[in-house]
Amino acid sequence: MAVENNLLLEVNDLKMYFPIQKGLMKRTTGYVKAVDGVSLSIKKGETLGLVGESGCGKTTTGRCIVRVYRPTDGEIIFHIDGEEVHLNRLERQELKAFRRNMQMIFQDPFSSLNPRMTVLELVGEPLLAHGIARGQELEDRVAEMVNAVGLRVEHLPRYPHSFSGGQRQRIGIARALVQRPKLVVCDEPVSALDVSVQSQVVNLLQDLQSELDLTYLFVAHDMSVVRQVSNRIAVMYVGKLVEVAESEELLRNPRHPYSETLLSAVPRPNPHHAMQRLSLEGEPADPANAPPGCVFHPRCRYMEDICQTEVPALNELSPGHHVACHFADQLQLQGIDSASPSGS
Amino acid sequence: MAQNALLEIKDLMTHFHLQEGIVRAVDGVSFEIRRGRTLGIIGESGCGKSVTAHSILRLVPSPPGNIVNGQILLRRGDNASDQKPVDLARLDPRGGEIRSIRGAEISMVFQEPMTSFGPMHTIGNQIMESILLHQSHVAASDARELAIENLRRVGIPRAEQIVDAYPHQLSGGMRQRAMIAMALSCSPRLLIADEPTTALDVTIQAQILELLTALQEEFGMAVMFITHNLGVIAEVADEVAVMYLGRIVEQSDVNELFDNPQHPYTQGLLNSIPHIDEEKLPRLRAIEGVVPDPYEIPGGCAFSDRCPSFMPGTCDRAMPGLAETSPGHRVRCYLHSDVEDELTEVTDGR
Ligand SMILES: Nc1ncnc2c1ncn2[C@@H]1O[C@H](COP(=O)(O)OP(=O)(O)OP(=O)(O)O)[C@@H](O)[C@H]1O
Ligand SMILES: Nc1ncnc2c1ncn2[C@@H]1O[C@H](COP(=O)(O)OP(=O)(O)OP(=O)(O)O)[C@@H](O)[C@H]1O
Ligand code: SF4
Ligand code: SF4
Ligand SMILES: [Mg+2]
Ligand SMILES: [Mg+2]
Repeated sequence: MAVENNLLLEVNDLKMYFPIQKGLMKRTTGYVKAVDGVSLSIKKGETLGLVGESGCGKTTTGRCIVRVYRPTDGEIIFHIDGEEVHLNRLERQELKAFRRNMQMIFQDPFSSLNPRMTVLELVGEPLLAHGIARGQELEDRVAEMVNAVGLRVEHLPRYPHSFSGGQRQRIGIARALVQRPKLVVCDEPVSALDVSVQSQVVNLLQDLQSELDLTYLFVAHDMSVVRQVSNRIAVMYVGKLVEVAESEELLRNPRHPYSETLLSAVPRPNPHHAMQRLSLEGEPADPANAPPGCVFHPRCRYMEDICQTEVPALNELSPGHHVACHFADQLQLQGIDSASPSGS
Repeated sequence: MAQNALLEIKDLMTHFHLQEGIVRAVDGVSFEIRRGRTLGIIGESGCGKSVTAHSILRLVPSPPGNIVNGQILLRRGDNASDQKPVDLARLDPRGGEIRSIRGAEISMVFQEPMTSFGPMHTIGNQIMESILLHQSHVAASDARELAIENLRRVGIPRAEQIVDAYPHQLSGGMRQRAMIAMALSCSPRLLIADEPTTALDVTIQAQILELLTALQEEFGMAVMFITHNLGVIAEVADEVAVMYLGRIVEQSDVNELFDNPQHPYTQGLLNSIPHIDEEKLPRLRAIEGVVPDPYEIPGGCAFSDRCPSFMPGTCDRAMPGLAETSPGHRVRCYLHSDVEDELTEVTDGR
């Protein structure tokens, strides 16, 4: 297939299990299966949104992909210059050299910047550390990057504390992008920012994407922001992907019961909007003790016997629309209704 | 103080005296919070929302911070509407009275989850400690059960195990929920929630909002809800105050604010959010510019350097006052008031 050549990242059956340790001897008594068999692919220049319940493994997935964590199992394949790099197999030295190709932007613009470094040092550090540039060239590249994120050269000698939250997030973005990565994992990059700064940063991320030819994995809770930036959206539930589709398709026409519930709870900036929220009964599932069969079955309104024993596979229901539910092709689910905007 | 008011703030000013100059983080803020009601506070980053909240609990670090003016009146005790309120602004921040209020009558969910949980203790121990400190009738042997119950209430899975987890072992959203559990563990009469749901997915966010509403209906808990999320504000707030650079620039009931925003900053905010049930825009509409440096606040209206309706010769002459445009709706803008009134008042020596 022609599309295959366009792939930047392929993740196959990724697993990340954290040991649960008890007592003084740190005996391992079980595992938190934070990521349990995730497969996804992202095309060059594309943004894949990743949403799901808090604690379902989004951050862990992102950290495995940029190899902050060494995954328990699975393949992470990076397509670069016509070659396939198997990230999961790289050892320390090779990994260190490869890291510049993938960066992470974090939620918290406050704690992710070293308060004792100036903007010049913060943004320049990755270039120095990887021996990419020094001296005047370094300063030039930092200045160029700082301009690209909407800060000024006068800001270079300043320390993070003298910047607002939005400006600090810009510094974080400059720091991540200065090495010209191919892939950027954005982990709730705008959640901590106020609305007006949030829209500035979202616009900035979109501009930089086209200017620098970036590919994003974009983790966030705000569905309207995710929809704004993403070509496709993946929905995760307790360590597994349950649905992946083009953004508009996913919003208007969800095919997995968990996606339906998630969409029904999106708050609208309109006090007259009457929410038709579907409640999620029962306890959130526990990644240390995931239910058998479909992970969502204890809370699913459409559950049948088969759901308690058989794990549904992530199947392609229509072109590009993948769903992991035994009854995906039969259920009539409610998405975001564009015909009746929340206003009037 | 009105009959049903629990807390009333009058002309509060909290300033930071730094080497570079004075930061007027909160500069003349007034509002009241009634029993069982929710006041939502929104506004640009750095406009003084958290400092207002910290001032109420007297947690502003001093030096460099000081409450330089104003009153923070709290009515203590149950059903004591005739009792004389205490002025929290006058209490010793380290004294017994404010400590008996903090975490008991007024509790707070902090914006930075990591600062409210120390890294060295399990979250269960920290919640139990808070329960035992403020609820003398709870036996030590029951505190653990109560802590687990509180964790379960905010939707934490396997609460009986998580109670023994350290903060770093939890996801961002779980940490935030644990913090909410701790704040609610003592059934406060006023909950100050500073960005309590930023790390939560929408279903759990909805569950937390429902929990707060239930507690309000059942116990008349009042809530001061600080958030950037206008969707959340639309859902939880009865009344909304919009802040910009240390001052309230618009205040009204929630329906009125969304239906008829009058301050150009509020209008800009409402304009800049993406709407999931409308056509996708190629780009979001952002408010131009950034909040000015606290030492270089423009003369006249503080929003004048970013305002699309800026009127030279008017807006740059004096700070507009809060004018009531309809009952309960107040706006600080010369599109709705007359600059000459402000100037006269200034010459009157106010
Ligand atoms: N270092 C760790 N040790 C043990 N368990 C962990 C660790 N990191 C994460 N977990 C567990 O793995 C699961 C997934 O966590 P993760 O941070 O990936 O969730 P998330 O989807 O990013 O959630 P949120 O939306 O709240 O940020 C959670 O149950 C969490 O408690
Ligand atoms: N301890 C401190 N020392 C000096 N200045 C401070 C201190 N705490 C807050 N400030 C300043 O007071 C002003 C108001 O800050 P505050 O934290 O209240 O903003 P906020 O409205 O809560 O913003 P955000 O939405 O980003 O949380 C800012 O200019 C901030 O820099
Ligand atoms: S497989 Fe069954 S339990 Fe799982 S989502 Fe589908 S209907 Fe619900
Ligand atoms: S007073 Fe003038 S500058 Fe300020 S918000 Fe109103 S129109 Fe804009
Ligand atoms: Mg996360
Ligand atoms: Mg704050």
